[in-house]
Amino acid sequence: MTLWQVDIHPADSQPDTLARSVLAESADLGLGPFAVQAARGFLVQGDISREQIERLSRELLADLVVERPVVCQPGDPLLASGRLASGGRQPPEESSWQLVHVLPKPGVTDPVAASTLSAIADFGIPVEAVVTLRKYWVQGLSPEQLRTLAAKLLANDSIEQTLFGLLQLERIHLGSPYQFEPLTLLIRELSPERLVALSRERTLSLTLVELQTIQQHYRNLGREPTDIELETIAQTWSEHCSHKTLTGRVTYTDETGTRHFGNLLKETIFAATQQIRKELGPNDWCVSVFQDNAGIVKFDDEHHVAFKVETHNRPSAIEPYGGANTGVGGVIRDTLGTGLGARPVCNTDVFCFAPPDLPAEELPPGVLHPRRIMRGVVGGVRDYGNRMGIPTVNGAIYFDPRYVGNPLVFCGSVGILPRDKAFKETKPGDLIVALGGRTGRDGIHGATFSSAELTHESEQVSGGAVQIGNAIAEKMVHDVLLVARDQGLFNALTDCGAGGFSSAVGEMGADMGAEVWLEKAPLKYEGLSYTEIWISEAQERMVLAVPAEKWPALQTLCESENVEAVAIGRFVPTGELELKYHGTSVGKLGMQFLHHGRPKIERQATFFSVLPNPKSEIRNPKFDAGSTLLSLLSSLNIASKEWVIRQYDHEVQGGSVIKPLVGVANDGPSDAAVLRPVLSSRRGLVVACGMNPRYGDLDPYHMAACAIDEAVRNCVAVGADPARIAILDNFCWGHTDRPETLGALVRAALACHEVAIALGTPFISGKDSLHNEFSYLADGERRTIQIPHTLLISALGQVADVSRCVTMDFKSAGNLIYQVGLTKHELGGSHWELVGEREASASRWNRSASSPNADIGELTHPARHSVPQVDPVTAKRTFAALHQAIDRGLVRACHDPSEGGLAVALAEMAFSGGLGATVRLASAAHDGLANLPPDEANTVLLFAESASRFVVEVEPAKRAAFEAIFRERNVPLAHLGEVTDTDRLQVNAASVSGMLVDLPIDELKEAWQRPLRW
Amino acid sequence: MVKPRVLILRAPGTNCDRETAFAFETAGARADTVHLNRLLESPSVAQEYQILAIPGGFSYGDDISAGRIFGNQMRHHLYDALHEFKTADKLILGICNGFQILLKSGVLLPDQAHEPLATLAQNASGKFEDRWVHLRVTNPKSVFLQGIESLYLPVAHAEGKFVARDAATLARLEAAGQLVLRYAEESEARGQGSEVRGQESEVRGQESERSPNPQPLAPSPQPCIPYPANPNGAQVDVAGLADETGRVFGLMPHPERYIDPTQHPRWTRARHERGDGLALFENAVRFFK
Repeated sequence: MTLWQVDIHPADSQPDTLARSVLAESADLGLGPFAVQAARGFLVQGDISREQIERLSRELLADLVVERPVVCQPGDPLLASGRLASGGRQPPEESSWQLVHVLPKPGVTDPVAASTLSAIADFGIPVEAVVTLRKYWVQGLSPEQLRTLAAKLLANDSIEQTLFGLLQLERIHLGSPYQFEPLTLLIRELSPERLVALSRERTLSLTLVELQTIQQHYRNLGREPTDIELETIAQTWSEHCSHKTLTGRVTYTDETGTRHFGNLLKETIFAATQQIRKELGPNDWCVSVFQDNAGIVKFDDEHHVAFKVETHNRPSAIEPYGGANTGVGGVIRDTLGTGLGARPVCNTDVFCFAPPDLPAEELPPGVLHPRRIMRGVVGGVRDYGNRMGIPTVNGAIYFDPRYVGNPLVFCGSVGILPRDKAFKETKPGDLIVALGGRTGRDGIHGATFSSAELTHESEQVSGGAVQIGNAIAEKMVHDVLLVARDQGLFNALTDCGAGGFSSAVGEMGADMGAEVWLEKAPLKYEGLSYTEIWISEAQERMVLAVPAEKWPALQTLCESENVEAVAIGRFVPTGELELKYHGTSVGKLGMQFLHHGRPKIERQATFFSVLPNPKSEIRNPKFDAGSTLLSLLSSLNIASKEWVIRQYDHEVQGGSVIKPLVGVANDGPSDAAVLRPVLSSRRGLVVACGMNPRYGDLDPYHMAACAIDEAVRNCVAVGADPARIAILDNFCWGHTDRPETLGALVRAALACHEVAIALGTPFISGKDSLHNEFSYLADGERRTIQIPHTLLISALGQVADVSRCVTMDFKSAGNLIYQVGLTKHELGGSHWELVGEREASASRWNRSASSPNADIGELTHPARHSVPQVDPVTAKRTFAALHQAIDRGLVRACHDPSEGGLAVALAEMAFSGGLGATVRLASAAHDGLANLPPDEANTVLLFAESASRFVVEVEPAKRAAFEAIFRERNVPLAHLGEVTDTDRLQVNAASVSGMLVDLPIDELKEAWQRPLRW
Repeated sequence: MVKPRVLILRAPGTNCDRETAFAFETAGARADTVHLNRLLESPSVAQEYQILAIPGGFSYGDDISAGRIFGNQMRHHLYDALHEFKTADKLILGICNGFQILLKSGVLLPDQAHEPLATLAQNASGKFEDRWVHLRVTNPKSVFLQGIESLYLPVAHAEGKFVARDAATLARLEAAGQLVLRYAEESEARGQGSEVRGQESEVRGQESERSPNPQPLAPSPQPCIPYPANPNGAQVDVAGLADETGRVFGLMPHPERYIDPTQHPRWTRARHERGDGLALFENAVRFFK
């Protein structure tokens, strides 16, 4: 048995990209100048001769055209010498260069090592274990500085270990065998305090009432629970799995009085969908809503489509790359696990971060710098989606300092499935088959952890909750599942997400019962206890209900593509969940108690609106529209996200119709993405989203209404049929046990109910993530940062013929520019306001931190202006009219003025089309601005974010036909100006004469592209 | 007449197999997608086909390096079958990851002195990028490029930087006419839906003079045109490579992603009759007529 270390250095002619990125990203650490060299490497263990390892290093591990391998046994001084050694020159003096090794912690998934292991076996060389590593030589830093660099940049200690100097390693530890001992917990006699303590020690995240319910249950049974029973209950009852708050009882009080909800979600969001389906009657196009892993709607004569959006916030806060990576992997499994399996056709990703330019010294203890979080999250999404071959076509990034401790990561996945595969049914006697990845210690307690609050210690205590993804393992599962589905080899399936087997099996057997043989589950390494096997959140696993007679066929199929599938139990009509380990019963739970035994939560909710100051006034008195427009284009929420978008493969699968980047230089901001999931058909899917947390600071009702309006508007803008748009909700909120925080959520849910019904856009699926607050100690005092109330609305539209679609870039000089919809005096929560407050906003989070219970609205906005409000009736008419115009080919370009208002929309359309525009505000369509002073009127017309509006480009020849449509439907329409070939955006004032904006489009574009051009 | 049969070879992580099969079918071929394991079990299966296509994706996750593990499996188990296939006047196409695999397996360029002659290394930008590029056909050698002067196609990769072992090797490949496809400035690629405005094309005009063909070879050859026109820093802008017979061809751009006019990033500005990529697949089909 020999252990070899193979270092792979870039050849002398090649750049040291690893070192280069370290230098680039270390900029904000303030370490001063230093030098760094880097190499990647492998530890290879087995009965392997030097000759064999040399061969492997040349034929497998290194690419000899651009790399140089160095092969030794760990500890060999030659391994201390940097890149120079591979060039055959003198090693650097040990004294000046400090050496750092970074290795995955034991038990952390290492996909490259796994692939390497089998690739070595393919050489016929007896290999036992492989570990990958990175190593860095650093010069010019003190030992303390080096530790800072290692901790902040080189390694993430939630998954990696840092070793200074040469590796001193005899052999790779492969885990030690597990000694079986059934564990019983004595809870029947525990005092309330001890119960709570027990819950905390074991990260069960159960409330006292729940603990006492469990205690009483076992008193009635006359026995104590086993550890695995308690864990199973905790997983099943967790906020993450059962959404107990939103499905619980709520007493809500606002200015109009008090209202009681028996089940908040049922009575608001679900209810809206039910009413819409009732009104549609025979034309109902919903198929399966709020029951499966994703919502399903009709698409064409052969197919339905499914859509789900998940959040993966906690893991992403601790290990951004792994967290986002597994977030994408998880939502893809949701799609795969919908009905009898949907094939993913595109992904969406929406993030909320603190501004990346936040000074490092302003960070609370225990949080990663937002820039590092953003790089990690984008990388994680990129690598999983790209490797799976699923185009990432739509998304958004929203910046606010209050996300500093709780970044939000929303991952969405759309799938397509045959019409006859939309429903699943577990049958008695079906085998419980675990298919895909092996089980390890990954993500133990993820579900209960994500239901707890993050603290500055989370980085340490919750490392176990971080999973690492292996996209190829999931792609292999994807490939066999779809074949197995079409061959009818299973009756039901679901994914292993939060809670692992415990949730998956518990769900599938909820109405029946199940018997599980835990020792059968294939393990990544020895040493897992029966409870760890049961609750592990190891990735890339699906659970299937397989009829005994189909099992051999499924096994053959899986073997033929090297996918592991093992029967770990059987669904039985006992109404009980029995867990066995090598024949011994380690847990027995009634499904009734498990799924219906949880005491209903009762919560108080209150809302007191932040009334706009009756006498509205404009903040910055010296009014310069041009410079305001430039700073708006440079503000992070509006600025170009091209750096992110280009790292995503948004065209794989070959169905791309409208890409996220459009226009003459392929770099303008598209309103929505359009793709053809069936390559032989012209029918298209449209994907978009809407979100505006700043409005929520003023009134969550209008925030929710505007988010729906924007998501739907984005779809309609590219050509989607407004009568065929399904929407999804994702609530990310703070501590909902605070009445005013829950009150804000109830208010948003009420808006969802009313606006969805009015627009005829059913909710088909949703997910909530509560407790998004970050607590830490500053000078002995506990501080809390609550995220802004954040509601993401995702929309899935359809278009009959994609050749009807339009993009937002101006097409040709001489065309007419129209405004559809009315501009109102609604600057509240606008980006115009944000830009005006920029100085103040820099320190907003630690002000809100100092008094968490104060009204966020007060803190962030003196609320001088009213927040935009949706008039759903007009909105519906407007969307229908615009769709008719687009469908009849009367529209050359269309864009929605949202963040930054009309001015930003015009600028984006102009520079995306490489054309100028001349616009007269005097002809703009507005409501209630007649008697305002000129500056104020101009400001509102340019920058207000009033809902349900569009900017449209029309050819002069089509003018009459276009205008007629809007006249007939009584929808406000105004001819604003013309597209020009001047390369300038020129805006003339409304009341007073004179030019408000006169800027070259190149300058506007540069302002928009600069901030996030990383 | 009988349609030529295409073997679309997929492995764990292959993910462009559906659209590649669709492109071949659209061009008039019959495509079967076959898992690598089937070929490893019975390599002779390959002989039933006229065209072998290795589509894009992330075979084995690009672990170790893109195409390496798949490439080694071909070296270890399929060498004879592929040699027979090549010598039978048949066609082999590798797109993106398929190109990486063909190069690392030695199928496209046989090793010399037990070392590969060239590779596809990490992009100079250091990251994966999806963007459309202009391409010039600089040599008619490849069967797949017959009658094509220029193309406009998307690239989507992290490891596409073509690097030859040394300047002499690059010169030999150049002389042998194997560097058949190059990244180009918009103005060099004739009429690919370009809406270049006056002053831009002047600027580009000057640049284009710097990259005539054949390329002057520096000791460590560099790209001739700047990023992003050359998206990965490939030496002398190489985007595609043919073997000495012209029947084996690998390229980083994705022809299968521009079959339908609506796949063009600017189709809403100026409509095109058909996708540029289709011609490659039609050439392959025509070769057997």
